[in-house]
Amino acid sequence: MRHHCKAQSPAAGRESVESASADISRAAPPFAEVLLLLLHLRPFVFRGSPMLAADNLECVRGEQSLFQKVGFRLDAGELLLLRGANGVGKTSLLRMLCGLLPPRAGTIRWQGEDIRHLAGEYRAMLCYLGHLNAIKEEFTPLENLMQDTAFAGAPLSPAQALAALAEAGLAGRQDLPAHSLSQGQKRRVALARLIVDQRPLWLLDEPFVALDAEAVLWLAGKIGQHLEAGGLVVLTTHQIVEIPRAHVRELRLAPSGSGRA
Amino acid sequence: MCVSCALRPPDREGHSVLRILSFVVLRDVRLALRRPADIASVLFFFVIVASLFPLGVGPEPDLLRRLAPGVLWVGALLATMLSLPRLFAEDFRDGTLEQFALAAHPLGLVVLGKVIAHWLCSGLPLACAAPLLGVQFDLSSPALLALFASVLLGAPALSGIGAIGAALTLGVRGSSVLLSLLVLPLYIPVLIFGAGAVEAAASGFSPGAHLALLAAMTVAGLAFAPWVAALSLKLALE
Repeated sequence: MRHHCKAQSPAAGRESVESASADISRAAPPFAEVLLLLLHLRPFVFRGSPMLAADNLECVRGEQSLFQKVGFRLDAGELLLLRGANGVGKTSLLRMLCGLLPPRAGTIRWQGEDIRHLAGEYRAMLCYLGHLNAIKEEFTPLENLMQDTAFAGAPLSPAQALAALAEAGLAGRQDLPAHSLSQGQKRRVALARLIVDQRPLWLLDEPFVALDAEAVLWLAGKIGQHLEAGGLVVLTTHQIVEIPRAHVRELRLAPSGSGRA
Repeated sequence: MCVSCALRPPDREGHSVLRILSFVVLRDVRLALRRPADIASVLFFFVIVASLFPLGVGPEPDLLRRLAPGVLWVGALLATMLSLPRLFAEDFRDGTLEQFALAAHPLGLVVLGKVIAHWLCSGLPLACAAPLLGVQFDLSSPALLALFASVLLGAPALSGIGAIGAALTLGVRGSSVLLSLLVLPLYIPVLIFGAGAVEAAASGFSPGAHLALLAAMTVAGLAFAPWVAALSLKLALE
């Protein structure tokens, strides 16, 4: 017998919207205000479909059914917070959104198109930060960052890379081999890549783990800025972190008990 | 900043095949140079295996000369096998492979780059060491030349086929034994024609036909193996 896992679908939870352009539009003449409004509304008005949409996702790991009928809509400037106990499938859902893990059923659409058809085009839009930092221990943080960005096709100059590392709190550590860095510092190298790369969709799996209080605040601020600029963020975290000025949707995954596939 | 600006795909350099390939090859070679023990262990394994035979069989030049092509080629095969488990395991463990799979360009290209780097770091040193070891077996100079050429030409095929095995056994417990069982039978054609080239040259014939077949296997191996390996890597990453 199948036990259905209950997942609370779209748009539940906190909603605190604040217009990013409020200050500018107050000072600008009326026609500029209208223009600004149109620019803001363009993705909604002309495309009609949300930026990222998932429907009826089902995840099976081994013999265990993790979740079924999970769906959500996410638009530009919104943050999706994945909640749930350990092992309910938050990481699996994130990996599905990356395209690393094909869902057993259901579809994921980016701007109305199935991500399986978009393939590389979709992957160029996202940045995934998983449990693993994707850092080569033999290289220094500077080499790691410069190589990653060069591979992604947007190479940085050494000065830009140094600035990004300094912003991530790694000033003075850029030339140490990464194996001598602490867990938190390695995480910061991975975060520097996330910040520098400027992809519209951020998929972050427990990004605050191993970071100190200061870095947590910094990252929360960065996520807030990314949202303000019209980016999308999907985030799992067990920590309670206030993301400034964020429009947050929450998706709570419930344990499926002894669900069998 | 307006909403739509941020959502445009960032301006990037073209994902040209050569750019990606050279990037991956350079990165892997640099990584290998930071860990010279890995290259050295493969080379020393080959030297030891090839040196044990003359010691065990005894100093009879005729017998050694007949044994040489097979022994040296089997030694080179086993030495290549030794370095295969590391081909993807490190990248898998630290998450780099995940990021490669999430790149906009196909994973097969990355695998091809890794195969070429593997050839540079294991096939090339083995090919250079093989003629030196051939001297222990009293091989004639045309045979030594054929040995060098055959290992050089055959090694990319070994790396390519090995990449499929390494990808299939990624993350599996006891993967190195399983890898040998999977890959060694597939190495048989390369072994036959590689050793055949040396034998032909040693008995005064032209090794050209054998070398041409080896080159064909290498071309086929490099053309198909990376894509098969990429498919199994994706399965391993799920």
